[in-house]
This record gives sequence, structure tokens and C-alpha cells, in this order.
Amino acid sequence: MSSKILIVAEHDGAKLNPSTAKCVTCARAIDGADITLVVCAVNAAAVAAEAAQLAGVSRVLTLENSANEHALAAVLAPQIAALAEPYSHVFGPSTTFGKDLMARISGLLDAPQVSDIMAVESPTRFRRPIYAGNAILTVEVATGSKVIGTVRTASFAAAAAGGPAPIEKAAVNVELPKHTRFVSISAARSDRPDLQSAARVISGGRALGSAEGFKILYALADKLGAAVGASRAAVDAGYAPNEMQVGQTGKIIAPELYVAIGISGAIQHLTGIKDARTIVAINKDAEAPIFEVADIGLVGDLFQIVPEIERLL
Amino acid sequence: MKRILVGIKRVVDYNVRIRVKPDGSGVVTDGVKMSINPFDEIALEEALRIKERGGAEEVVVVTVGPADCQQQLRTALAMGADRALHVQADGGIEPLVTARVMLKLVEREQPLLVILGKQAIDDDNGQTGQLLAALWNRPQATYASKVELHDGAARVTREVDAGLETLDVDLPAVITTDLRLNEPRYVKLPDIMKAKKKPLDTLTLSALGVEPRVQLKAVSWSPPAQRQKGVLVKDAAELVAALKQKGLL
Ligand SMILES: Cc1cc2nc3c(=O)[nH]c(=O)nc-3n(C[C@H](O)[C@H](O)[C@H](O)COP(=O)(O)OP(=O)(O)OC[C@H]3O[C@@H](n4cnc5c(N)ncnc54)[C@H](O)[C@@H]3O)c2cc1C
Repeated sequence: MSSKILIVAEHDGAKLNPSTAKCVTCARAIDGADITLVVCAVNAAAVAAEAAQLAGVSRVLTLENSANEHALAAVLAPQIAALAEPYSHVFGPSTTFGKDLMARISGLLDAPQVSDIMAVESPTRFRRPIYAGNAILTVEVATGSKVIGTVRTASFAAAAAGGPAPIEKAAVNVELPKHTRFVSISAARSDRPDLQSAARVISGGRALGSAEGFKILYALADKLGAAVGASRAAVDAGYAPNEMQVGQTGKIIAPELYVAIGISGAIQHLTGIKDARTIVAINKDAEAPIFEVADIGLVGDLFQIVPEIERLL
Repeated sequence: MKRILVGIKRVVDYNVRIRVKPDGSGVVTDGVKMSINPFDEIALEEALRIKERGGAEEVVVVTVGPADCQQQLRTALAMGADRALHVQADGGIEPLVTARVMLKLVEREQPLLVILGKQAIDDDNGQTGQLLAALWNRPQATYASKVELHDGAARVTREVDAGLETLDVDLPAVITTDLRLNEPRYVKLPDIMKAKKKPLDTLTLSALGVEPRVQLKAVSWSPPAQRQKGVLVKDAAELVAALKQKGLL
């Protein structure tokens, strides 16, 4: 049996987001997967060319429209829904882009969505985390209905380079709403690696005490070529911007190395780092729950330890 | 009347340590503390603040679920909601069904705004707001950390992976809340007494004409893979050495 899978590519207009290559790996785990990627953009050429290089992709469709300049779910969803008819599955990443968009597509198609797919058991059976990752649910989608899915990117490796797959222009005839308008985006520009795809991540918690306190983490991160993350407590307190939050309601990441500094290890935080290869914890409280999951723990004062590590590198 | 509809869900309190039943038929919920989903509490708080600023005249809370959900509706009334709607349904309601119920209530109540949590911390589906917006054919502004209403539109700041995005959406619209939108108020004892007198209406799925379809069948539950507890090192030098040994530096 073959499954026709449509994957909505995430990108910033110029480059493909690494989450898309992970969706491809998830889709390839489905028997007989025939994978189509769709790029919605004003000018899709550069992103489509990149997408066409992913191993396992049969073709790349482009939907070009001046309304696609910003990824507004209300504008993109009707276009994808109009394209979705021949497909058995429509997937996107479990990033804020994908979570916002895919459920709207699910509503338009009246097809159920499986959120945060972490494993594929059959074309209709998937495993996904619930209760902040404290339980894993196996869920079966009723036969005969399309499967909408968001892919938990930390559970899948990126698809390798392959291809190139053919790129085709697609067109849909739908009226796009004007009720939703982009105003602005404020994203901190940083030369550090992207938190979601970095091999090394250094995260700080409430213990850092201030935005100033976080500077010792940035210094260490820069020496290691690492991205910097934060606990919710640190973000709530204004020590770090929201895009740095790691956890159930922040980013779910799977770096090679995760260093938790002055983070207690609340369950909502741990769910974001469970798939890290190696977890290091630095905390002055030997009883902190973070030590239950850390591969390497160091009990002590971070303000003394962190600069010391930096000197030793 | 300028009305805000707020959806709330009864969930296992976020402080409870979740355990999967040994036979894999669910998680243990007997005798555990139940609360309003934290994101929904934030949704209600935002609605109350909008009303207090004069942006709305009535805040209506809605839940879909079994009879004991009325406890959480009472709490919501004590927080300050004006009335409550309980749509009876036995557990396992899918997001698409909940969204259809919400759509029916939207048609009856004609709200200017529907505010929901971005996800419920039990199923972690994160779908209902977007589904409702799609079915209703209205704007959605998910993951809100700031909401301002003016002239038939809302300006919403959203927490997205790249940072903070601001959208203008025409009303009526659906907003889903993120954690930093506000800090919900505490309920005071006299408010709990007053809440007992506020209207709480009960409805059924069949009266609303919504079929409790099952398109997502829960097959089994299992505990997550556990990480092994590792080793402790005594100082920074040992830590760096251990990382080098693992080939991580
Ligand atoms: C619905 C919901 C969703 C949530 N989502 C998330 C999420 O996505 N991500 C998240 O992180 N949290 C989330 N939380 C919050 C979570 O429950 C915790 O409150 C939060 O993770 C705690 O952050 P923290 O570890 O920085 O702070 P704390 O728990 O206060 O821990 C600080 C730690 O620093 C240590 N410390 C203090 N001083 C020093 C020092 N000088 N040197 C070394 N160590 C020191 C202390 O021993 C302590 O262990 C969520 C909560 C809820 C209710």
C-alpha cells in the first residue's frame, strides 16, 4: 500500500528550516511513503531548491503568492487544504509555525490531527507524548480519514541529502482572507547557533539572577559554539527572551550536549531535553531533580564553576 | 452585548506526578488533584481584564466534559466569570468535537472574542483554538503574550520560535494564550460564596447537534523511557575531563 504524504515546508523566505528535514524522516517511516513537499512563499525558488535535495522527497511543489510573505496560518491553511485532496497524510513540524498552521488545516479538512508524532507504528498508528512527556500514548486514526500530523522534531534525525527531486509550480483557486494582518516581528539577531538544531546547548535558570547574570553563560556558549536556552522561571523573570525557553511549552530539543546551569529540573523543563544525548547539570542543591536525569552532575555554585570551566577550555 | 467566551478544561493539576496504570489502560487519575488547565486560567484572567477595562460586558466560561467539571466552572465563576455553560460529555472528547461544540456556542452567544488556552496539559494536543477558528472561518492569534483591543480589531503579540510576532486580527477572533500573557488572580472566599449564585447551564451534545465522533482511538498508554542517573564529578576540571573523555569537547 502506498501513502501519499504532503509535508508543509517551514522556511523564512530564504532558507529551509531544519525542522522540515526531520518531518521527511518521520514520513519515510510510513510504509510506501511517496513524499511531496510544498513551499508557500512569495518567491519559492531558493527554498524549493534546498528542499529538493532532501533524500526521500519525490517532488517539491511551490505555491507562490504575494500573500505568503509572512507565514499566517489563516492565509496558508486554505491553500494547503485545497492542495491536500489526493494525499493520505499532511504533515508539518511541531514548531510554533507548524502547530499554528496544521490544526487550522485539520479544521478545514475535517480530518483529525495527531500532534507531536514521536514514532510511526503504521500508516494510521502513531506514538505521541502526553502529560508533558510523562506518558506515551499510542493512537490509531480511523480508517478512511486523512491523517494530519505535527512531527516532534526532536524524535527524528534530519533526512540526508539526496535528490534532486523535480520542482513543480502548483496553483490553487481559493479566496484568501484579509482579516489577519502581519504587523511586525522582533527576533533577537544572534550569531549563536539556532537553539532548535544546535549540537550543544547551555541553559540557565532562575539562579542566574538577572540578564546580567546570563552573560557568563553567553561567554561559555561562545567558547563552545553552543546555543543558549533558559528555563521558564528565567524567561518569566526577564533574564532571557521567550524564544530561549526550553520545555513543555517552550522548545523541545535534542542536542548532543545539554548543560543545565542553576535549573532545578521541573518536569515541564525535563520534557524539553529528554532526547539530549548527554545532559550535564550544575546546581548547588545536591537534591535537585535535575540530577536524576543528568549523565554528569556537579554540585556547587555556578558563579564560581562556570567561569572556571571557561578558563579550562 | 459585547461578550467574551472562554474555554476551560478540567485537568490533572500540574504538580501531580503522573503515573501510567500498570495495564497500560490510561494514567492514574483516581484521587489526584484536579484543576483548571493553567493556560485556560490565563485565558479567563485576560477576559476578565478586558471586561474590567471596558472592552467587554460579559465573560462566559464553557467546558465540555463529565459532571465533575462543574467544580472548575464554579472556580471560574469565583474568579469573576459572569456565567457558565457545561456541555456534558463522557471523557475522551476529541479536539474536533470540542471545536464543533464551541462553534455551536459561538453561534448562540455571538462573542466578540473567544479566548482559549494554547494547549491542555493532559493531552497536550494544542488544537482546539485553531480548529474553532477554521470551522468559524475567523482569524486566529495563537500563543498570545499581549492583547490590545481597538476599533473592531485586536493587536496580539505572539510567542513564536523566532521571537515575538505581532498580528492585527479583525473581530470576532480566536485567541489562544501563552504563559506570559498575565498572572491569574487568586480566588477569595467571599467570591466563592457569590459564585454559587451565578448561573451555570447544562447542555448536551445532542441538544447542540454535535456527534461525539471518534476518529482518534487511544490504543494504549506506556511510561516514557527513563534516563539513567549518571555520575557526579567534584569540580570544573573533572567535568571538563569527563566531557573530553566522552568526545563532547
Ligand atoms: C503549564 C506549565 C508549563 C510550564 N512550562 C515550562 C517550560 O516549558 N519550561 C520550563 O523550564 N518550565 C516550565 N514550567 C515551569 C516549571 O514548573 C518550573 O517552575 C521552572 O522550570 C523552574 O525554573 P528554574 O529551574 O530556573 O527555577 P527553580 O526551580 O527556582 O530552580 C533554580 C535552581 O537553581 C539552583 N541554584 C540557585 N542558586 C544557585 C547557584 N548559585 N549555583 C548553582 N545552582 C543554584 C537551585 O538549587 C535550584 O535548583 C511550566 C509550568 C507550568 C505550570
